[in-house]
Amino acid sequence: MADQYMLTKRIIPCLDIKNGRTVKGVNFVNLIDAGDPVVLAKQYAEKGADELVFLDISATLEGRKTTLEMVLRVAEQVNIPFTVGGGISSIEDVDLLLKSGADKVSINSSAIKRPELINELSDKFGSQCVVVAIDAKQINGKWMVHLAGGSIPTTLDLFEWAKEVETRGAGEILFTSMDHDGTKDGFANEALSRLSSELNIPIIASGGAGTVQHFVDTFQKGKSDAALAASVFHFGEIEIKDLKEELRTNNIEVRL
Amino acid sequence: MNIVIIDYGAGNTKSVQFACNRLGYNPILSNSEDVIKAADKVIFPGVGQASHAMEMLKKSGLDTLIPTLKQPVLGICLGMQLLCNATEEGDTLGLGVFDVKVKRFSNKVKVPQMGWNTIFDLESDLFEGLKNDAYMYLVHSYYAEVCEHTIAQTNYDLNYSSALKKENFYGVQFHPEKSSTEGAQILRNFLKL
Repeated sequence: MADQYMLTKRIIPCLDIKNGRTVKGVNFVNLIDAGDPVVLAKQYAEKGADELVFLDISATLEGRKTTLEMVLRVAEQVNIPFTVGGGISSIEDVDLLLKSGADKVSINSSAIKRPELINELSDKFGSQCVVVAIDAKQINGKWMVHLAGGSIPTTLDLFEWAKEVETRGAGEILFTSMDHDGTKDGFANEALSRLSSELNIPIIASGGAGTVQHFVDTFQKGKSDAALAASVFHFGEIEIKDLKEELRTNNIEVRL
Repeated sequence: MNIVIIDYGAGNTKSVQFACNRLGYNPILSNSEDVIKAADKVIFPGVGQASHAMEMLKKSGLDTLIPTLKQPVLGICLGMQLLCNATEEGDTLGLGVFDVKVKRFSNKVKVPQMGWNTIFDLESDLFEGLKNDAYMYLVHSYYAEVCEHTIAQTNYDLNYSSALKKENFYGVQFHPEKSSTEGAQILRNFLKL
């Protein structure tokens, strides 16, 4: 019976947002426009996406205001949960996003700069809405955490940082392997599997999705709880329904 | 119809309001006793930490009002848990509508449970038009045990109550407002009661 009623693995399209429009960075550079976020979000919900992530890469205050309006429109029209990340550094930022209808927020650089922020957010809003995103890549065999969209290396070790993040009250970790992001060569399953076994909160795999088999692998070998991808979904290379059917064929629990 | 979403500073009121809007209803947000008493339907949402939410309820004097309501009341997520006797989260005393305790999931599973899981053994008009094993979106670290008020169960770590009912009070652990068309159906059913 336990097998019959299992929490499903989640498929999460990620939409990079700049000034209210969707963009996707390939290896964090070269931005390609992939449409209106609200229209895309609604489509994804109808196609069977389990959740959505919006990553705001707007650099200006005005751009960020536009994003807040977009969050409200998404909340109005979309009937699945969504996370908003990018440039969030205070309780006030989070309060505004949650009040606009976001279900969760994702923090990254601000948590590295001031780890207490994780405690403050989970105390005030509950750990269920605090996702900590971690960008890391291997340097001399060690997974090193990077800041600011992956542009600045830190001295933090991925696994130590992830443990600290959990202890401070994060509800979930979104791990992006910079070595895999944009390559379409598969997810960083070795690191993911280690994260999943060392931690007791859900892990979202990000970076490297290219084929359906990559998703099968990240759930089976990477022990990920959810998998996030952008371009394979945005450009129709993988249909979510086909993907989920294939996952089910591989005995991976999904919502269909 | 006069629908009131209780707005006490610890709920995802916007999402619930929008979900009702999508069904063609226009609920209002309020923490006023008179407004809540006069409602045809009351929705009691809640997210975050239990003891904090309970404090907020007490501040607005709603802790004494809610258990006395006579119209259909729907507690969602933490709202449902607060309608129970007590929760292990912050050792918080609840409103005592549902005679059941809320406990923490064991560390054999990842906590919080986050994502889509099925509801089964459905026993209420709340679930009209839904098939057994419908998928619902859940995010929670604490669960209500199976008890005499259970009208739906979910399995995670163990079988627990994903929905409760006692007289005019309903509680759902999942988020119908975020659970796609099946969740919308449950909200619709509640609003039609």
